[in-house]
Amino acid sequence: MKLSDCEKAMYDGEHGRAKARAMDLLVRYGEALGAERLVETNNVAGAFNASTPSVQPIARKGMEHVYSELNLDSDEVVEVPHMVAHTCQLITGIDNDNWELQGVDKSLLDMQRENEKFLGRRGVNMFATCTPYQVGNVPVKGEHCAWMESSAVIYCNSVLGARTNVEGKESTGAAALTGRIPYWGFHITENRRGTHLVELDIEVDEMMDWGLLGYYLGEVVGEDIPVVNGAARRPDLIKLKHFGAAAASSGGVEMYHIPGITPEANSIEEAFGGRKVEGIFRYGVAERRETYEKLQSATEKKVDFIMLGCPHNSIDQMSLVAHLLEGKRIHPDVALWVHTPRAIKQVAERNGYIDVIKEAGGVVMSDTCPAISRRLPSGTRVIATDSAKQAHYLPAITGVQGWFGSVRDCVNAALTGTWSGRA
Amino acid sequence: MDIAAETKTETIVLKGRKVVGGRAEGEALVTTETISGWGGINERTGAIIERRHELKGVSFAGKILVFPGAKGSSGWSAYFHMTRLNGVQPAAMIFTRMTTKIALGAVVTRVPAVTDLDQDPLSVIETGDWVTVDADAGTVTVIKTKPA
Repeated sequence: MKLSDCEKAMYDGEHGRAKARAMDLLVRYGEALGAERLVETNNVAGAFNASTPSVQPIARKGMEHVYSELNLDSDEVVEVPHMVAHTCQLITGIDNDNWELQGVDKSLLDMQRENEKFLGRRGVNMFATCTPYQVGNVPVKGEHCAWMESSAVIYCNSVLGARTNVEGKESTGAAALTGRIPYWGFHITENRRGTHLVELDIEVDEMMDWGLLGYYLGEVVGEDIPVVNGAARRPDLIKLKHFGAAAASSGGVEMYHIPGITPEANSIEEAFGGRKVEGIFRYGVAERRETYEKLQSATEKKVDFIMLGCPHNSIDQMSLVAHLLEGKRIHPDVALWVHTPRAIKQVAERNGYIDVIKEAGGVVMSDTCPAISRRLPSGTRVIATDSAKQAHYLPAITGVQGWFGSVRDCVNAALTGTWSGRA
Repeated sequence: MDIAAETKTETIVLKGRKVVGGRAEGEALVTTETISGWGGINERTGAIIERRHELKGVSFAGKILVFPGAKGSSGWSAYFHMTRLNGVQPAAMIFTRMTTKIALGAVVTRVPAVTDLDQDPLSVIETGDWVTVDADAGTVTVIKTKPA
């Protein structure tokens, strides 16, 4: 791989051991990819947190050990300097306030807090959400980023027109210290063009509709780039957030185009940019129905746990949940957790939404989610969620049965203790 | 006991590109389905846990893992990284579709890995075949032992 003089100097250790180890990882990674060079980035979103039992033995030796091993893949323990790129922390494993409800051991909480101090001083901004684009990190079109979190990556590429691959814990750790990432994949214009055309034969409008379409797309196109044609109504942030997360769960979709709506496709022709259309899919009643069925892994109607807010809720979603719960009480056998970024939680508190949700018996969680933390209320057997992503992952990770549906169906289940959702 | 079912050995060599250097041999574990790291594997046992995956419940620990590549969450590399720290990583990786997840995952798992092979490894190699990966030379040697 070709390195600039500045990159060579970092690689050779002229700027310290941490940058040398970071460059070593970037070179190994770039060569594995077949990348010709690195590209400069000043926007890194990664997973630096220490919040799981498996990190504890490393964290006991010190936070430098955690960063060296898990964020740089370095056997040498290096002193970690201040980040050179604008860097933020994505979702973590522990809600710093609701850790007891999560069933988190105090020693794990202390580890996460100590690690946050270590990172915060070094310039890792503690957004602690899977949706950095909701709380202040909104890259501009064309900006080269190094982001993790598949649901954030697909949003960054498709909705914002910024450029990132799905990075990992180690590559973001190295990018934050060097301001570099391999110039490969979605950083290159030609690789951003559509591969498959998807014609919508039915109206896709509600948030659940967009989730189902996303989940279907991931299954049929895998890691390719779908161009979605025929959306009668303009989707908003909430719908595209859910849509992208679903497509990145059932498949590995990192970019899509919706001509007339997303920034790199004013037309179908521009979306493909001369690239050969590799396949055409039609999404109609049958495909929607089949996708809905696939997302249901539950057989028992009696539910124990309702999970809302994956990806983390926007303020408008918090408003809707509060509205649906206003003056009501959830069923005594059911736990309801609603997830939103900490910054949005503050606004929701001011608006009174948090009080309404609490008075109804629900809990507002930040910093984490059940899939990431692998923590559910104790004894949970059957869950319901408005997130295709959680419905996909939670049964696999925790062995629970899962229902997927609209936010209304989920809130109804919370109130009655019984699932009665409909496609 | 009738042992007429004598075995016939066939050796096939595939040529490709190094992703991570090194040499390893072992029994092949083949899937035509992509694998999720985070949420798709148990990093303490090396078993696939994805609900509808054809290898659900099967561990890749010590096996030559032959698969199309990675899908799902960006925790892919971190989870395969943990399989190495827990000693349940595959012995080598052979895959067909390059992505950042699989490239970084292979790098931090630190096992020999190859791609861009001149024959489709997913159809040539079957689970149980004895496979040698010489990533530096870019070769995959497959020994098939099947009843004649």
